[in-house]
Amino acid sequence: MRDVVYLAWRYLVFNRWKTGILIAAITVIVFLPLALELVLERSSERLRARAAATPLLFGAPGSALELALSSLYFSGESPAPLDYAIVAELGDTRLAAAIPLHLGYRVGSHPVIGTSPDYFPFRDLSIAQGRMLALSGEAVLGAAAADSLDAAPGGGVVTAPESVFDVTGTYPVRLRVVGVLEPTGTPDDEGVFVDIRTAWIVGGIGHGHEDLQDPTASGSVLKRDDSNIVANAAVVEYRDITPENLADFHFHGAEDEFPLSAVIAVPVDAKSGVLLEGRYQSPDSPVRVVRPTEVMDDLLATVFTVRQYVLVAVALVGAATLATIALVFLLSIRLRRAEIQTMIRIGAAPGRVAAILGTEILLVLIASLLMAGLLTGIATAFGDEIFRWLLQSGVL
Amino acid sequence: MISIRNLDFRFPRGGFRLVVPRFDVPAGGRVAILGASGSGKTTLLDLLAGIRVPDAGSVTVAGQEISRLPDTARRHFRIHRIGLIFQAFELLEYLTVQENLLLPYRMSPSLRPDADTGARLSRLAEETGIGGRLRRYPDQLSHGERQRAAICRALIAAPDLILADEPTGNLDPENKRRVLDLLLGQVAGHGATLVMVTHDHDLLEPFDRVVQMRDFHGAEAA
Repeated sequence: MRDVVYLAWRYLVFNRWKTGILIAAITVIVFLPLALELVLERSSERLRARAAATPLLFGAPGSALELALSSLYFSGESPAPLDYAIVAELGDTRLAAAIPLHLGYRVGSHPVIGTSPDYFPFRDLSIAQGRMLALSGEAVLGAAAADSLDAAPGGGVVTAPESVFDVTGTYPVRLRVVGVLEPTGTPDDEGVFVDIRTAWIVGGIGHGHEDLQDPTASGSVLKRDDSNIVANAAVVEYRDITPENLADFHFHGAEDEFPLSAVIAVPVDAKSGVLLEGRYQSPDSPVRVVRPTEVMDDLLATVFTVRQYVLVAVALVGAATLATIALVFLLSIRLRRAEIQTMIRIGAAPGRVAAILGTEILLVLIASLLMAGLLTGIATAFGDEIFRWLLQSGVL
Repeated sequence: MISIRNLDFRFPRGGFRLVVPRFDVPAGGRVAILGASGSGKTTLLDLLAGIRVPDAGSVTVAGQEISRLPDTARRHFRIHRIGLIFQAFELLEYLTVQENLLLPYRMSPSLRPDADTGARLSRLAEETGIGGRLRRYPDQLSHGERQRAAICRALIAAPDLILADEPTGNLDPENKRRVLDLLLGQVAGHGATLVMVTHDHDLLEPFDRVVQMRDFHGAEAA
């Protein structure tokens, strides 16, 4: 048997390009449907689990899918804003706890999530290093974000500038990292969490600058009367929120009208959830309420329908490829007739020659399956990222 | 060494029939077989090697009537006792020259290398002038070198009988002479018997005996 395997191996190695192409073709045939099935299965489980853990979502009228994807997975475009007043309004109903979410800004490729302290116990997030948020300007990083940004408590991260080509855009703000969360295997691992006021400061709604009543700032003052001080552009705006300058940060306008991306509502019981949902079902309501599980079920139903078509297509292509590969083997045997005859004339049994040829096929299949297994493992490990990318890029 | 009696062979689907009433070769003999294309020279070698079995009559090699042996026993006999050399060399392109020389040992579990195999391989390769080519592949050799490698492969298991089917057919005149001298030298050195098919009259001088296919008086088109 060792001789049979050796001769088969030597043939495959000598014809390495042909062997490589065969292995690649079979690998793709096996890998594509297998990976598609596993990635979809696993990703849909995770999507459903996160959606199921989020009872109700409030947002501005618009796409329910966009609202759910951005609020649960921090993916895609930030939804249209709704007023912060909804948080108090929901609290007043005593039917649910309201957790505000402000999205849309980033640190590198990581989303900045402005929220309240209730978010952390709600998502079962615990601190691995440092402490929880206490002051504006502080940030707690998800495990993957901390790793990728190489940040730890005591360090800092800077929000992405949006003003390089846009004078009305937001300026970067330096956030002080005070904690890193335990990894959870959810989109929270990628997040940079700040309190809701910090998110507004990042968005330019709140700001801090030198005290214009201070005589040293008089160089920037254009006009001063009993109630107003008008300053020029030379006034120093703080981009780094520290305990020392925190008191200089303030907001203009009514807080109730400050923007949120969404609000997670956690009803006190099932009946409260239904009542709450009923109150905001009116088409005239300025607020939209969605059940994430229903949104995800609708999305996954579409995805699984697409999957069926893809699997049929892959099966047809796979059958055609396998037929071609079989033809390649048969033609190869015809081309090797002289070699086969030589072996038999020297004294090999026909069964031994068949074993050599069969072992060649077997080795190609084994190599293909190993490759497909390896690729499927990689695809499964990065399944969520791949699935999210497929959703965001519009492939699914 | 070889004894054929009243051999009658016909291809299964007709078209050719070979009849050999009597053919004897003594041990150590060197016999050349001449004949036109299609006269049955290669078929006769196949019958001597036990690759084909006659419909009637007997083929005896080294005292063993191989025409009566079952398939497996015939293969065992062939791989142990008979060395084959082909016109087109028939070296496997994906094996090195050394691996090609040792190919018979990989063709049957019954033939295993012994303690002398390595030394025999080195000696054969040196004697035939391919000692420096053992790690090369066949397509890196000249035609003459390939045929010398094929001769080494036929001799590696120290067979009693060498059957050579036009071994010089693909060689230029200079290489023909060199390869034939080499083959005859090796056969003599190993004390083997040689039956060589050829249609080249210039190469017949060193042979003990030359047989024309038509001498059998039985070869005929059906």
